[in-house]
Amino acid sequence: MNNLIKGEKYDWEIVIGLEIHAQVKSNSKLFSSSSTKFGSSPNSQVSLVDAAMPGMLPVINKYCVEQAVKTGIGLNAKINNYSVFDRKNYFYADLPQGYQISQYKYPIVGEGKVTIDFKDGTSKDIRIVRLHLEQDAGKSLHDQNPSKTYVDLNRSGVALMEIVSEPDIRTPDEAGMYISKIRSILMYLDTCDGNMQEGSLRADVNISVRKPGDEYGTRCEIKNLNSIKFIKQAINYEAKRQIEILESGGSIEQNTMLFNTSTGKTRPMRNKEEAHDYRYFPDPDLLPLEISKEEIGKIKSSIPELPDELKNKFIETYKLSNYDASVLTAEKQTSDYFNETINSDSELKNHAKIVVNWITSELFSLLNKNNQDLNNSPVSPENLGQLVKLISTNEISGKIAKDVLEDMFSSGKTARQIVDEKGLQQVTDQGEIAKVIDEVIAENPKMVEQYLAGKDKLLGFFVGQAMKLTKGKANPKMLNDILKQKLNKKN
Amino acid sequence: MSKSSLKQTLKDLETKKISIRELNQDYLKRIKEKDNLNVFIHFNEDNVLKQIDNLEKDNSVKKLKGIPIAIKDLFCTKSMPTTAASKILENFNPTYESFVTQKLLDEGSIFVGKTNLDEFAMGSATNTSFFGNTINPLSKENEPLAPGGSSGGSAAAVAADLCLGATGTDTGGSIRQPASFCGVVGIKPTYGLCSRWGIAAFASSLDQAGIFSHNVEDASILLQSIAGFDQRDSTSAKVNIPNYFENLDDDLNGKTVGIPKEYSIDGTPMEISQIWEDAIKVLEKKGVKIKNISLPHTKYALPTYYIIAPAEASSNLARYDGVKYGFRSDEIDSLDEMYENTRAQGFGREVKRRILIGTYVLSAGYYDAYYLKAQKVRKLIADDFNKAFKECDFIVTPTAPSAAFPLNEKQNDPIKMYLNDVFTVPASLAGLPGISIPFGKDKNNLPLGIQILGKHFDEQQVFNAAVSLERSYE
Repeated sequence: MNNLIKGEKYDWEIVIGLEIHAQVKSNSKLFSSSSTKFGSSPNSQVSLVDAAMPGMLPVINKYCVEQAVKTGIGLNAKINNYSVFDRKNYFYADLPQGYQISQYKYPIVGEGKVTIDFKDGTSKDIRIVRLHLEQDAGKSLHDQNPSKTYVDLNRSGVALMEIVSEPDIRTPDEAGMYISKIRSILMYLDTCDGNMQEGSLRADVNISVRKPGDEYGTRCEIKNLNSIKFIKQAINYEAKRQIEILESGGSIEQNTMLFNTSTGKTRPMRNKEEAHDYRYFPDPDLLPLEISKEEIGKIKSSIPELPDELKNKFIETYKLSNYDASVLTAEKQTSDYFNETINSDSELKNHAKIVVNWITSELFSLLNKNNQDLNNSPVSPENLGQLVKLISTNEISGKIAKDVLEDMFSSGKTARQIVDEKGLQQVTDQGEIAKVIDEVIAENPKMVEQYLAGKDKLLGFFVGQAMKLTKGKANPKMLNDILKQKLNKKN
Repeated sequence: MSKSSLKQTLKDLETKKISIRELNQDYLKRIKEKDNLNVFIHFNEDNVLKQIDNLEKDNSVKKLKGIPIAIKDLFCTKSMPTTAASKILENFNPTYESFVTQKLLDEGSIFVGKTNLDEFAMGSATNTSFFGNTINPLSKENEPLAPGGSSGGSAAAVAADLCLGATGTDTGGSIRQPASFCGVVGIKPTYGLCSRWGIAAFASSLDQAGIFSHNVEDASILLQSIAGFDQRDSTSAKVNIPNYFENLDDDLNGKTVGIPKEYSIDGTPMEISQIWEDAIKVLEKKGVKIKNISLPHTKYALPTYYIIAPAEASSNLARYDGVKYGFRSDEIDSLDEMYENTRAQGFGREVKRRILIGTYVLSAGYYDAYYLKAQKVRKLIADDFNKAFKECDFIVTPTAPSAAFPLNEKQNDPIKMYLNDVFTVPASLAGLPGISIPFGKDKNNLPLGIQILGKHFDEQQVFNAAVSLERSYE
């Protein structure tokens, strides 16, 4: 696969690594019992600990630890029996303690990997360096008052998992697929709600460029991107920026960048010299975190089927392609929907490919058009299963089925109801179809002549006419066969 | 000056020889008389009277019902402001009660006031307080002496008989050294025995709450009351707290005392060496086996302490930034300026010095050489003690290298000031319990202190040795 991008003078390879910040799904914060509910009124979810009052001490939330371990297992990663919370010291108005409790030298999760699948059926492993737990900061609100900044500490102390990848990613698309895959795993595990709009999942992206085969170039880090679209845009822009500098003889400064979502451009926030010295050291208020093999085993046994396992199962059980199976398993709600559909009728197992198509193309496009989600789809898996069964048993044609699905979507009726009410059953009576064909042939003698003279394309015309007369209900295969037979007899 | 003990007072209250009101009126009178010592940062007579009123209405039986206690102003209290002796927390009123003070309130004690200390407990003379020096009650006229520090206000409060007991905190000697200077008993228990919840932090891995009292028996009663597990402090220990007072036993026959040779330091005044020898002789007479032990890494304790404590402090004090509570400078045109001016104006010299030291030793490029190395040495120091305690039941040393010194003597020489902690810091680094009891006098008739160190959570042995020495001295 050629992943190079063309500069003015040379071909370049982009080298990308991601640091994903995923908010742990938990009712309370990492070191306090305050609620983590999104969208509550400012400073309504702030405990004495979150506000860093004198003498207040952090106490680890065991549930958040379990969630991190669970995630580590889902990332095929090594779970560390011993990890340490460190203080990352810096001043900011929305950081009440003056330090963030994070994990530096000894993270809770070590090396792992995730696999991304391409359309052409190939796949690629992206290695994970580590996952560690840390506190989120509060929020500075600069737009509430012309001369003041307000601080909202509701988010202060909420648990985050930082997932750091190796620089194994080579294209913006791969970056998008990687974060989608991580998001999918987290949502299967129920360890993060995956809501990028609300900031539950966001990423810092490290980018450098090099000529193929060269050492890694100097990288820049783009901070805090909260959509896959922005991640791709930012990488594209930043890579081009770096290539232009290098091709005109300049060199890259190791900068931390911000991405402007309205202009699509990156700009430097601070350079290496201005970088903070965070003075990490082990937090003396907290003991090292020790997790026994038994505890890890217990968590492991509670883990549901993950996308990759499910994908392989689908490939094996239903003979689906790698790509179809990966689309189906990308989101838990999709694979759940598929499972429910295919299990709604024992016959459907033999028509898995049709089920996939009707979910991922027809139903998805209806949902998209109506701005709806699979979770609240007006068409239930059982009803979709019924529709597919009507198709697979030739009761209705695929074309008519599309209309039926639209009707199901808006009216909430079952496929069977609609087909019966509107009399949409396919005509499969040979005599009936032959009768219609005879009619069409009789009414179009000129066309028949032309067809017989070699204008094969006209076959479609006869099919269309016949379909019109049967209101689209004639079984297409039978119609075709009988039509050819009759026309050829005229010869 | 004949001081009534806590033990005796509890009896007198029980037998109704004296009422809670009479008792506390007596202490209030003395507190007002001794106003010149500057013992209290916060004292409010009405507040005390209100507490008396409430207790009089309360019919339940409580262990310390009506007992006047002074609280170091590092413990957050709901009913009184909490300043840590710093301008940066001037007018700070906590909405919460520290674990230790809550326990004392639950037992029915009366808080007479919040005592002075070195700013954020950083000092050895109670002379870095934003609220001025505390004067050692033992000073002669026109020769004001330092009470030691950082808990100098609490030590002085007990010495001047302004209360029957006081809380303190000890990070490197902040209870034991002022106890020695003021001629009272001061115990720093094992790290983790008393919850740190609600105590403004100086150095989290070293800070430990403790008690000042007139005598060892009283200390054993009071420590019992403030000890205990607290799930809000992750470093709090889940251990059984024995009834120290009931179990007090001054019979030391057959026990072994360790005498560390490294504590004989060149330049230690003769009087200090003398009382140490005296103490050993007393113990020998009581049938205690004398064992010379070695704690080889002792000489590194002070530099180790003065890396670790400031490192933790530099981070612990970052929360005082003018954003959320406490003092905020008026001169602010930007966020950075708010930090700079608030902290420059809100903290005193010694606190700033330690924040700078701490920031330095944690900085990139220096971390390994200072902080990391100090942590390794700390481990070695702890190992020294662990080894030594295989051969002895407790260790006896002097508490401080001198008696109380004149008030402003070491003000401008931080190194000299830091040397005050030379005998107390090693046990702090190892997290061991230590008590200081008055034992002998110097040539100016000022009290000197003997320190008894014990194994982790073996406060009972420490109390037993202390009460035995105390009784023989009396």
